[in-house]
Amino acid sequence: MIIGILGLQGDFSAHKKILEKLGTETLIVRTAEDLEKCDGLIIPGGESTTMNRLLDRYKLKPAVRKFHKKGKPIFGTCAGMILISKKIESHPKQFSFNFIDIEVNRNAYGRQIDSFEEDIDIPFLGKKPYRLVFIRAPKISKLGKGVESLVKHNGDHIIVRQDNVLAGSFHPEMTADTRMHEYFLKMTKESLKI
Amino acid sequence: MVKGTLRLKVGLAEMLKGGVIMDVVNVKQAKIAEKSGAVSVMVLERVPADIRKAGGVSRMADPKIIKAVMKEVSIPVMAKVRIGHFAEAQILEHLGVDYIDESEVLTPADPDDHIDKYKFKTPFVCGARNLGEALRRVSEGAALIRTKGEPGTGDIIEAVRHMKLINSQIAYLKTLNASQLRKEADEMRVSNDVVKMVIKSGKIPVPNFAAGGIATPADASLMMQLGAESVFVGSGIFKSLNPLRRARAVVDAVTYFDKADVVSKVSTGLGEGMKGIDFATMEQKDFMQTRSS
Repeated sequence: MIIGILGLQGDFSAHKKILEKLGTETLIVRTAEDLEKCDGLIIPGGESTTMNRLLDRYKLKPAVRKFHKKGKPIFGTCAGMILISKKIESHPKQFSFNFIDIEVNRNAYGRQIDSFEEDIDIPFLGKKPYRLVFIRAPKISKLGKGVESLVKHNGDHIIVRQDNVLAGSFHPEMTADTRMHEYFLKMTKESLKI
Repeated sequence: MVKGTLRLKVGLAEMLKGGVIMDVVNVKQAKIAEKSGAVSVMVLERVPADIRKAGGVSRMADPKIIKAVMKEVSIPVMAKVRIGHFAEAQILEHLGVDYIDESEVLTPADPDDHIDKYKFKTPFVCGARNLGEALRRVSEGAALIRTKGEPGTGDIIEAVRHMKLINSQIAYLKTLNASQLRKEADEMRVSNDVVKMVIKSGKIPVPNFAAGGIATPADASLMMQLGAESVFVGSGIFKSLNPLRRARAVVDAVTYFDKADVVSKVSTGLGEGMKGIDFATMEQKDFMQTRSS
């Protein structure tokens, strides 16, 4: 099983480090050929506008769509969540893939000075509190019918799932806690029927 | 809930990796930068090449320009303060700038000390010519280091020198025994602990970007291949003939820095770059990189 991490821009190396800690084979994806080798894909944090332009310029959008259409699991964190959303309410002209029926607002918590971390309980990840790291993070403003909200924080949905698409508004790759990645690996294994 | 932690400060730098931070002097340029795929913009009154030409004392930009850029672009906004000028930094924090660059490009304000960056919730980036400078800035609370290079020249030689020096100094540290390491830490005027962190990870403890003289896609590729994790471009873009096209080309060259076919393609027919200054012909009094250590 190979987990691809979209490596056009952003903190893809932080995701790679965590997956390697879990003994998972990873591939930094920068071309359509790279993506073909992968069983699951993480779209990392970074700047969604930058990634969007590079996806266009290097003709990666059809490959990512094909990947999704095959039902292969995709996990978008922060900028990655923005890219896979249905619509960016705060920037309606900005492209998004529409892989998951959510609308999002970019930088909805404010600027960097408002970035924060906080411990919360996430029962489906176990008893130990989970440290959330939000950096200039987006918020989910609308949740479609087919989307399951897995975790809420102060009334906002922060982890959501629709079939094989998982999205989070925070950065699970910014701490040493591997539980969110383990959850995504489980999703990928189930899709492969391993 | 906690804010302003080192994890959050370094975290934003992590998000900027594999990207280009572009110097801009007005909203129009900031929008071009955003459109080209820049991950962040750095707001200044003048780009470094024009600061050289203008002479005199160079200071933080007018809050009016900074606020206008913050309003008009959705990517993170950085701005520069003079070295040691914590009052300028307080203004930028008040404005809500996303990153503060304590920069040798501006005229230094304190002959002895840099800003105590731990006092701020806003993250700081600082320049460095060697490992000692980098680690002193990290010890003062910097969350991101960039090479100093020689700003406003369009000549890459000094950025290359600084990046290679930092890498070779890290490699050298690994060859030393405990007592030699203590001596080295003393000489660099940093704690033993920070030196141990460097040895353990083989890197400086925060992200390391390149700056100072980058003017072409090939320059960006060169710095990334030497170990930079992102690239700052100052005068190189808006002092060239076709800024949007050049900006896009540099963005592409950072993502595909190790693919010569892409860097070659984006370098083709770019039009004239900034004229620049050959570093070897410069006089020491005109260096910006030596303004602090």
